[in-house]
Amino acid sequence: MTDRHPPRAPEGHCDGFSRAQAIRRVLGSGRLPVVREWDPRMPIPAGAGIDRRRFLAGALAGVMTVYGAERLGVTNRMLGDGIARAAALQPVDSPVLVSLFMQGGLDGLSLLAPSTDPLYRQLRPTLAVAPGSGVPFREDASLTWHPSAASFAQLHNAGKVTVFPGIGYTSPDMSHFTSRHYWEVGATDASLLTGWMGRYLDLVGNPTNPFQGLSMDGQINPTLATAKNPTAAIDQPNNFAVYLSGVWGDAAEWALESASALGDAQRHSRDPAIAQVAGAASEVGIVRRTLQPFRTTNANPTGPSGTSANPGAAYGSSVTYPSASSGDLPARLAGLAAMIAAGVPLRCVALTTDTQFDTHSGQAQTFDSGVRLVADSLAAFQADLEARGVDGRVLVHVWSEFGRRAQENGSDGTDHGAAGASLLIGSRVNGGMIGEFAPLNQLDSNGNQQENVDYRGLYCSLLEQWFGQDATPVIPGAGSFPRYKLLA
Amino acid sequence: MLDPSPIAEYRGKFAEQQATRLLWRAAFGPRPGEAERLAGLGLAGAVASLTRPRGVARLIGAAPHDEHGNPLDPINTWGDDHCWWLDRMVRSSQPLIERMTLIWHSWFATSEEASSARLMIKQNWMMRRHALGNFHQLLLDVTVDPAMLLWLNGNTNYKGSPNENYAREMLELFTLGADRGYNQADVHQNARALTGWTNDWDEGQGPVNFRFEPKLHDDGVKRIFGHRGRFDWRDSCRLAVNHPDHPSFLVRKLWGYLVGADIPRGVARALEHAYVASRHEIRPLIEAILRHPLFYEGPRLVTPPVVWTAGMLRASRQTITTTSWAWIASLTGQVLFQPPNVSGWNYAQWLDTSRWAGRLEAVDVALQEHTLSGKTYPYGITENAKQAYEHAIHFWGGRPLSDTARHNLLALGRQIAHGQNQTWEQVEFRQLRQNALRALIPMTPDWMTA
Repeated sequence: MTDRHPPRAPEGHCDGFSRAQAIRRVLGSGRLPVVREWDPRMPIPAGAGIDRRRFLAGALAGVMTVYGAERLGVTNRMLGDGIARAAALQPVDSPVLVSLFMQGGLDGLSLLAPSTDPLYRQLRPTLAVAPGSGVPFREDASLTWHPSAASFAQLHNAGKVTVFPGIGYTSPDMSHFTSRHYWEVGATDASLLTGWMGRYLDLVGNPTNPFQGLSMDGQINPTLATAKNPTAAIDQPNNFAVYLSGVWGDAAEWALESASALGDAQRHSRDPAIAQVAGAASEVGIVRRTLQPFRTTNANPTGPSGTSANPGAAYGSSVTYPSASSGDLPARLAGLAAMIAAGVPLRCVALTTDTQFDTHSGQAQTFDSGVRLVADSLAAFQADLEARGVDGRVLVHVWSEFGRRAQENGSDGTDHGAAGASLLIGSRVNGGMIGEFAPLNQLDSNGNQQENVDYRGLYCSLLEQWFGQDATPVIPGAGSFPRYKLLA
Repeated sequence: MLDPSPIAEYRGKFAEQQATRLLWRAAFGPRPGEAERLAGLGLAGAVASLTRPRGVARLIGAAPHDEHGNPLDPINTWGDDHCWWLDRMVRSSQPLIERMTLIWHSWFATSEEASSARLMIKQNWMMRRHALGNFHQLLLDVTVDPAMLLWLNGNTNYKGSPNENYAREMLELFTLGADRGYNQADVHQNARALTGWTNDWDEGQGPVNFRFEPKLHDDGVKRIFGHRGRFDWRDSCRLAVNHPDHPSFLVRKLWGYLVGADIPRGVARALEHAYVASRHEIRPLIEAILRHPLFYEGPRLVTPPVVWTAGMLRASRQTITTTSWAWIASLTGQVLFQPPNVSGWNYAQWLDTSRWAGRLEAVDVALQEHTLSGKTYPYGITENAKQAYEHAIHFWGGRPLSDTARHNLLALGRQIAHGQNQTWEQVEFRQLRQNALRALIPMTPDWMTA
């Protein structure tokens, strides 16, 4: 054996998911047990300091006051005043918008398939979804939900999903990076540097609340890039670790405060590099204090068989999330539900799937497992929000940078396309369908589906109907896009 | 063609400060005393010492090993590939070669997710050979590199059913830039030109025997950028590097890695001219950039995580003694051989709350063997806050900090000392204080930018 990966068929990746993401998340979420189950050859992090962390957590617990235990839904963890302090930065019960990016270009023609259309079967000789294999789409009898999207179908039939089957923009760009950028900044403008949600936060946000724009990818999500107001990036609320080697008690607290103070002093530096580093240091202070109540000594419980148990358990969820064996999207969503319920002052949240949907080859398998995980996780998230009584405050927008070419390629996959599918999920959505399926006999000159809803019209409608914010100062050319009735 | 204006050269003082920036941007940060020695060579000498190394690279200092003393096994053990290259960054006598290899790794970003450490390390040696060589040659080798063929489906791009994956990224990310001088028809025709590569599958070794098969190649006439011909993969590379929009793309991207985003139009023109005149040679371009006034006078750049990590080890005279660096890299946001996607790492955004916390964990690993505890204190129990600060600075190679950072750390030192009067506390609080200062120095904006 000269190769450490098990043999498998070659597979193409031109974007997105890398093992780094998986490793980061796995490692960050309660290291030792997960590391072992994920890959026995991966080294156990030396000196990762589980004991030191427990010690530090215990030391700090002494100065915490108990707040909001009921809302967190757990009683056996120490609770701090960090959330209370942070929550004061924004009205309770503020609406929250969650953006979930299915990276790589999701195949809309598989998510909602015209399975009985002869033209479809001709374009997709190996990849066509078989008639009768999935739940029929309520809004359009010619379409079938992909079998892996059963949870979406169920939510849709319960009136909790609005479907945009043909969303995109005119003159579509088939580059991942350009098209993704357009969606992220809310304009077909390659040079815009702020995200569309970031610009909203610059207008209405708070100069001291990084949680108003929270990335849960372990790095800043470009949709949340602001010009002035702070934002934060975490992985999950229970694994945001900040500690110093060989420093404890008051000295540890003072040292971390000192690092944040240096960040405060330099975050407005005229030198952008210094401002970037200092801004992060400054925001770490608030994030650290606020998330302290979520830190647990058993962040990622493992079941008796060695597989991951319900990732929601770490957050006191009463619902069962999918097992975390294929990335930690379920755990991140469970953590998000707990933060919303606990009153963490969130406004815009962005997440990216672990799976990348850039299926140039071997599409069937990647699509099936990837969509299943996303659909089942979002269904659990919705149920969790309902159980915690906060579902009325939350809307989830699911999107991808483009759909895929109608004609499959010679590698059991599909190349980059144009119009694709988008979903809006929540208890207050209108349900139903906005726009329509883009017909296969009206493909564009590149053989791609053409859009019938502009994504910027959706953004304008979200700003106006969900946040009560005039879209004009946020979305360039807002007046030129139609509005859609999104809420019931 | 008219001669463009000559490329400007930096004429200001070339002292320790300038040499320090050169070492962070064109190498992996200074070893103790190294910036001072480099400054003594003057600008031209200092740059030449990096761009024109003699002979083969030597690795200086102790060989890398894991926490049990075992040598690294980069092909077979998870994470050892990252540590293997990190070690070269720490110890190589030709650091610019390693830094350029890192630039090409991000430029032609390939992930081992689609292949294996074996093929990625093979690709890494190929990029190292071309580090300061010829871009056209580099592009030819990248196009048919096994790890790249697997990553962007070049090995399943056949006559009659072209796969556009490599054809598109080659133009968009590697040679021209998004939507610059090509359209979807060019992408499709380029994919046809690139057809014909394939490989076999071996149950033991995985993908093997990468080769060009004439019967899989579409030998029909293609039309690319307005040129017509029975083009193949070599023509595809030739057409891309000779495209009029290629030199400006290459110069801007290279400048971005070394100086930052903005390049004045006149500077770009002069560098483009030099690049074309040299028939796509990289070394003269790098030398011009490293001697340019804006390299020394422009704003700072955030130092990439893996460079900063190597810099910590160099400054504190350490080598690789743990493979924790592999998982630490995932927290700081830069795992070697696993770039986030085919566009490489985002050099404009290295820091946020999550990655700041990750860098603090990296400092923890760097200090693993240097955390003070026990009954004695090496600097004595009369040490005051200012002396404690100086001792911590010395631990990291003696490089001074800005006044803002120094005052911040001195204030912390005094805060920790305040009220510690009991005899039994005299050793313990000084240990805590020294540990805290050591941990926070590499976290300052001074250390994370150059």
